[in-house]
Amino acid sequence: MESVIRILKNANKEQLLKKTLEKVHDNQELCNSFVTIMDNAKLNPESDSVLSNIPYVLKDNYSTKGILTTGSSNTLKDYIPPFSSTVYEKLSLAGAIMVAKSVMDEFGMGGTGLTGHTGIVRNPWDTSLIAGGSSAGSAASVAAGVVPFAIGSDTGDSVRKPAAHCGIVGYKPTYGMISRWGLLPFASSLDHVGVFARTVSDVAIVVDVLKGKDEKDMTTWDSSNINLEAHLNDSVNGKKLFYFKELCDISFYENPSDDLKKVIEEFNNTINVIKRIGIDVVEESFPKELLDAIPSVYTCISCAEATSNMSNLTGIIFGPRETGNINEMIINHRTLNFSSLIKRRFIIGSYVLQRENQEKYFVNALRVRNRIVRLMKEKFNNYDGLILPCSASHAPKIHGTTDVIRQDLATLENHMAIGNFGGFPSITIPNGMIDGLPIGVNITGNIYDDENVLAIASHIADSMPYEGQIAGDNK
Amino acid sequence: MKLIPTIGIEMHCEMKSFTKVFSPARNTYSKHANNHVSEIDIALPGILPSLNKECIRKSILMASILHCKLPQYIYFDRKNYYYPDLPKGYQITQSHEPIGVNGYIDVPYNDGVLRVDIHDIHLEEDTAKIEHLDTESLINYNRAGVPLLELVTDPVFHSKEEVIAFLEYIRSIYQYTDISEADIRKGQIRCDVNISVGEEGGPFGTRVEIKGVDSFSNIQKVIDIEVKRQMDLINDGKSSSIEQETRRFDEANNRTIRMRGKVDAIDYKYFVEPNIPKIKLDEELVKEITSNIVELPLSRMTRYKDLGINDDVVKVLVRDRKISDYYDEVLKCSVDPIVLSNYVATNIMGYLSKKNIGIQEFKIEPKDLGLLLNKLQKKEISSKQAKEIFEATLNGDTTILKELDNTATQNSNTEELDGIVSNIIKNSPKQVEDYKNGRTNLFNYFVGQVMKETKGSANPEIVKDIISKYLN
Repeated sequence: MESVIRILKNANKEQLLKKTLEKVHDNQELCNSFVTIMDNAKLNPESDSVLSNIPYVLKDNYSTKGILTTGSSNTLKDYIPPFSSTVYEKLSLAGAIMVAKSVMDEFGMGGTGLTGHTGIVRNPWDTSLIAGGSSAGSAASVAAGVVPFAIGSDTGDSVRKPAAHCGIVGYKPTYGMISRWGLLPFASSLDHVGVFARTVSDVAIVVDVLKGKDEKDMTTWDSSNINLEAHLNDSVNGKKLFYFKELCDISFYENPSDDLKKVIEEFNNTINVIKRIGIDVVEESFPKELLDAIPSVYTCISCAEATSNMSNLTGIIFGPRETGNINEMIINHRTLNFSSLIKRRFIIGSYVLQRENQEKYFVNALRVRNRIVRLMKEKFNNYDGLILPCSASHAPKIHGTTDVIRQDLATLENHMAIGNFGGFPSITIPNGMIDGLPIGVNITGNIYDDENVLAIASHIADSMPYEGQIAGDNK
Repeated sequence: MKLIPTIGIEMHCEMKSFTKVFSPARNTYSKHANNHVSEIDIALPGILPSLNKECIRKSILMASILHCKLPQYIYFDRKNYYYPDLPKGYQITQSHEPIGVNGYIDVPYNDGVLRVDIHDIHLEEDTAKIEHLDTESLINYNRAGVPLLELVTDPVFHSKEEVIAFLEYIRSIYQYTDISEADIRKGQIRCDVNISVGEEGGPFGTRVEIKGVDSFSNIQKVIDIEVKRQMDLINDGKSSSIEQETRRFDEANNRTIRMRGKVDAIDYKYFVEPNIPKIKLDEELVKEITSNIVELPLSRMTRYKDLGINDDVVKVLVRDRKISDYYDEVLKCSVDPIVLSNYVATNIMGYLSKKNIGIQEFKIEPKDLGLLLNKLQKKEISSKQAKEIFEATLNGDTTILKELDNTATQNSNTEELDGIVSNIIKNSPKQVEDYKNGRTNLFNYFVGQVMKETKGSANPEIVKDIISKYLN
């Protein structure tokens, strides 16, 4: 589908900005998507850049010099960074206009959008539902048509899951393609910069701007020979995708819910669509014990890295400084300002790193992670990508939602972490509706194969009627 | 039974580098607090480490000098703990794969050599510096992120003399190789001392660690005090009360104090730093780095001793690489090595210490000193003249030195000089008479006249012979 950004290129940018800010406020009222709204955002001198004066939303875990950056946490509720993330710098340099910074689960640690310090985020399709997390406000604002794109971050599925719940496109490129400099970390080996938009073309355009080696992030690599947008229309005839039988065959589930049945049904419909455009889709098997281990492997590694990454939050150099002697200052700061969900994860992380536990939990988790990644790479020798439903249902209700997931659905709800384990390029596109609410399908390919993955996603999205949809447009 | 102490050393030394090990802030001494600090050093949210290549090169160099086994991949670990001098809440260090392991170094000791086994050497970052005042504490982050090399020996020392010989030699290697200034006054060297006392030939006793000793003289004190404490306990039959523990030196009261025991040892929860990708160690790079190792002091000492220079002078020459380099430069002018060594060790060192300057500020170039000493050696100038030229040059008058250089082709033509001398004698009847009447110091007047006539080119020995012939 044609890029929204390209269409807006010739719009009256002054009107666009004015209208966007109005929509920002509407969306804030409806969904509570934002921590900070840039009411004084100014137009840049119009340039040749494709993003010149295109408004966007930035997740509030990207450092923005001189502008509040909270990570949706009380520990940083007044923190104004003296330096900018590379993502923000690149977008500013390209002339894009940040109109708001979006609410997230505190420091990205959550999948609901309900744990930010400024309150819960609602789904614009139905405000009794979650938008998904952790990049909740970014997803909600793109789904509501506020901005053509928004930046998220993705450690387990924090871009790709909310994209599915909000009926939009969510893409995280290969690990290291975009610099993480200035991104408040959750789990460094799993953290990815990700982009939301309503079309595959738009995420391609934005990542083309963001990607590149950055001397401030040693994990970045030279991707100057990659041009995602230019390859979107490459032929996909004869490409091959696979899916896991263990997750997509309804007979593997005991007492499947109606929602799950519909998800699988829509998935099968999508497979048929894909086959019709000349892409082969094959059922494959993957060791069940490895699939079942994904949530715990993810928990061990992400919590371990998180507890270390967030040890700088003591209130000594920045953040609210508490009283007492030095130990009390640190303890009080962390006790008073972190939510209980985060503290629970810190305790898990600390536990699995303890000398007597490390081998059993953390090191074993690393081993399983490596096994999964190795196996996936073997599959990628024969396939262009893995395709799976993003979730067992449409977005769940706000009321009653927790991060605890039904055991039998745990793998279906968490498999996208495979993309983080291996640093694989991974994209969610909308592929159907259940009771008028969007669901998504995810495609994950081999590292460095982003052009191929996006071309496939683009062709598939073109073959279905969901790309480009805006929440509330049909009402 | 005979009790002997066994000692192992962990030597932390701040590395010299343009920027810090993981940040672009300058690594330099500053009298002001917090003026060499980047957002990385104070761990603002979202920072990432950028590994300094210069520090890696210097680490590889030192590991190679210590004959260590280098790793296949270089990577780092996080050492996690909370302390206000550690802004990130973890220190980036090398725990799983140090830059070098299982090495050794030969240290000059007494008149021989002491071989010290090296457990490992690794690269890490320094912490900030805290100053505790009466009612508050101040933190200076200039030191946060300064590269540190931590060198860990096996428990191989049995006396403080051995320990000090080792530390001094390592310090001189750091200085020779420009890896570190290794300046104790600037607090660049800190040591943890591990001490146990046991029966000679028997198993080691219980190990006690004394942390953060900051000078060589304190290390000697700590060894004396702790060895005595442990020996007294053993001799009193209380050896079981020696606990595996960490202590610190209480300088004011000249004792060591318990910090924590084994049971409350900190669990640092080490794990691999995810933000620094593993770097495959390139053999070519190692070759390139190690092919340029400067000649180390032990090798120079051996070489100087072989030249016949006495031990005390050798020590003076190698104490500072720049002195030794200067010596070697002058030596290239084929001067007598022993004469030169004495000249450097007494005249030059005396001058430098009097002026309180380093050899790099010394005004006589090695080749000029070579020339001067050559003239002296060939008796073309007297040692008195040499001294005068030496002093004149240092006082800024380089003309004599230049003249000396111009007269490199010396006039030793006896016939010609004979003519000149006879003319002078003929034109100086009064001086000749005074001389013959006993004013023998006038002899030098005639030498001077000849030198003046020949613009200093005459061979003074021949001139003297001829003058004697005429006058006596």
